[in-house]
Amino acid sequence: MLRRRIIPCLDVSGGRVVKGVEFVNLRDCGEPVDAALRYAEQGADELCWLNITAGDEAWDHLLAQVAHAGTRIDVPLTVGGGVSDEPHVRDLLGAGADKVSINSAALDRPDLVAECAERHGSQCIVVAIDARRTGDVWEAVASGGRRVTGRNAVEWAREAVERGAGELLVTSMDSDGTQRGYALDLYERLLAAVDVPIIASGGASSPADIADVLELGVSAALAASIFHDGIHTVEEVKHTCRERNLPMR
Amino acid sequence: MTAVTVVDYGGGNVRSLCAALERCGAAVTVSADPSVVAASPRLMLAGQGAAGAAMQALESSGLAEALRDAAQRHVPLLGVCVGLQVLFDHSDEDDCACLGLLHGSVHRIQGADRLPHLGWNDVEPLIEHPLTQDLPAITYFAHSYAVTADIPSAVAVTRIDQTTIASVVARGSVAGAQFHPERSSEAGRQLLRRFLDWDGSH
Repeated sequence: MLRRRIIPCLDVSGGRVVKGVEFVNLRDCGEPVDAALRYAEQGADELCWLNITAGDEAWDHLLAQVAHAGTRIDVPLTVGGGVSDEPHVRDLLGAGADKVSINSAALDRPDLVAECAERHGSQCIVVAIDARRTGDVWEAVASGGRRVTGRNAVEWAREAVERGAGELLVTSMDSDGTQRGYALDLYERLLAAVDVPIIASGGASSPADIADVLELGVSAALAASIFHDGIHTVEEVKHTCRERNLPMR
Repeated sequence: MTAVTVVDYGGGNVRSLCAALERCGAAVTVSADPSVVAASPRLMLAGQGAAGAAMQALESSGLAEALRDAAQRHVPLLGVCVGLQVLFDHSDEDDCACLGLLHGSVHRIQGADRLPHLGWNDVEPLIEHPLTQDLPAITYFAHSYAVTADIPSAVAVTRIDQTTIASVVARGSVAGAQFHPERSSEAGRQLLRRFLDWDGSH
């Protein structure tokens, strides 16, 4: 039986793991490769490496770091952040990423998803969607939440899948870093709208929060703060999930 | 130290596969040169991407011929993910003719609740084979196409919702793993070690 995945997320800025609240007030949380190895050791099913530094020099540094991490870890690695064209995707896969996530660039130019999926296969193209609640609807926002797009996040999810996204990584911006739990209604809508795996992100404060969102039917839960701060280990989260009869590795 | 050549035809996961083989103690060569492949005592075919592009790269470079020749000489060969899929006669992905080293066709997975089949799943042994001795195990998959469990070369299988696929195949010295051993932690290393110890017989 296919297991649900627990994915620690490394937000990497200037070559270091950082974590902020609602994408601001960043705190230093150590070396990304060390953190990746530590989480893999704890039983992480996959790792997500989110690059949050822009610029060409930062990009070359990112590729070098991913190449280093990619040869040292033995679980899958998804890399995203600042991916704006197909050569970026090719470079990251060549460096050792197993999947690449595309966010704002896909919203700006949805054809990019099809180009990347045709060339590299849907199984390695993740479309990341940052969603913010506006009344009763969830709106997709771009550029780390700084740019309003006016697009319905669930509609955009459907289009991204039609264009070849093999997985969706959806973050509730209202919940991210707040540790108030996942935005369950957002994932219910997404699960009904698309038939690719969905990774839920944003808001985990406890193993129970993660079990709650996995019980809805999402394939994976991504979390950062609760792991970086050493509040909970991946193994503790998995233990709680197993007690709730969720299929875990 | 067991020598193994990873055939580089432009697929994505060559680097991580080499690192995993080195962790198992292998002496790894990466090559896109058919003459190097022809002289290798043990071969691996990595795979990430689509079957059509993979076959085009293999045929145009002369690597396909070198692989067919190696199979005739019973050189142990292990394909991973798309590297497994191109061992068969045909793939529905891009409707392309493949290497024809194993009989049967690769189809889009039917009966899964969600595709791609992404994540960790059980690999259950179907018959006794040198490559399946550590099974059952849980390994990492990332694909939408597969050969079905009733294919004659299936030696281990994996259940996905309403369907079952062949997750390890072998016939003679030609074998494949649909999952990614290089990303499957200890379970992946076990398969790679079995492959490095395998003389290509059954």
